[in-house]
Amino acid sequence: MPPSISSARAHAMDTVPPPATSAVARPDRAWLVYLLLGIAFGTVLTKAGVVSWFRMQEMFRFQSFHMYGIIGSALAVAMASLALIRRSQLHAANGAPIVVPPKKFGHGIRFVVGGVLFGIGWAMTGACPGPLVAQIGAGATVMVVAFLSALAGTWVYGLLQPRLPH
Amino acid sequence: MPEPSTRLWPWYVAGPLIGLMVPLLLLAGNRLFGVSSCLRHACAATLPGSIPHFRYDWRATGLWNLIFLAGIFLGGIVGGRLLGGPTAPLAPATQADLAALGIHDLTGIVPQEILSWSALGTATGAFLLIGGGFLVGFGSAYAGGCTSGHAISGLADRQLASLVAVMSFFAGGLLATHWLLPAILR
Repeated sequence: MPPSISSARAHAMDTVPPPATSAVARPDRAWLVYLLLGIAFGTVLTKAGVVSWFRMQEMFRFQSFHMYGIIGSALAVAMASLALIRRSQLHAANGAPIVVPPKKFGHGIRFVVGGVLFGIGWAMTGACPGPLVAQIGAGATVMVVAFLSALAGTWVYGLLQPRLPH
Repeated sequence: MPEPSTRLWPWYVAGPLIGLMVPLLLLAGNRLFGVSSCLRHACAATLPGSIPHFRYDWRATGLWNLIFLAGIFLGGIVGGRLLGGPTAPLAPATQADLAALGIHDLTGIVPQEILSWSALGTATGAFLLIGGGFLVGFGSAYAGGCTSGHAISGLADRQLASLVAVMSFFAGGLLATHWLLPAILR
């Protein structure tokens, strides 16, 4: 997530609260909450087979509904929750108004080229970043190699960023 | 002690639980659900060099994310070892397709024949693990998000960028599945 919270929204969203002001926001110390949510997320990923290279093959071969059901229902719940949060103008636990920073579209090249490259890696390893870490915990320790390589990939992107089209 | 359940959690249980991460993280601290940023934060924390992309206050923006990532790792232990990994059989069509590629061992979460410590010594295994991992890190950084940040958070926020990114993720996955894997495994 690029730190561009103050940038203008790419499209109209009627109920976006104003950016957080330091007057109401307290420091964020929900560390235990983040850890517990991560554990819950990792457990679900593992028990539902999202960490499985084989299930990704089922998905990319259109031979099972399982992964589509997971992504689709996750999206539906996330979308409904977001609408509810906006409608009721809820604030975060530290008192700050809830803001979802927009992703600047620019030329869109980064989303196409970066996206395709990511997708290739996704099918090769059977994992996106979250499941990659869960795979290691679940016992596929060799995925440490893929994880370190992913770190290297991100680092190389940072190095090349000024010269890449976005 | 009773045998841990190895039943695969159904999509209608897993999907909504994953979707709930979005509001819960927003409510906990105004944090946007997304995992690939962790890779950037980890680079910023360990080897930023003089690269502008990694020169920022990673503790302020990313410490929560790294803690969340540590949780995912622990969740892998909970789900995969303590609760017993899921072993539901693959779709028969997938089994047949994988057999045609020479993948017969369908146990575990990754194919032992191509993704294992012993396979790392082979050209195929090294290519898949090192090359695939690299593309996951490079691609998600370039695209500004991965499956969680774009396919769940971004689409839930109806962002055009995320729609384009998710379609591209899928195009890449199809390309690798139907062209790259057969090319290197046959």
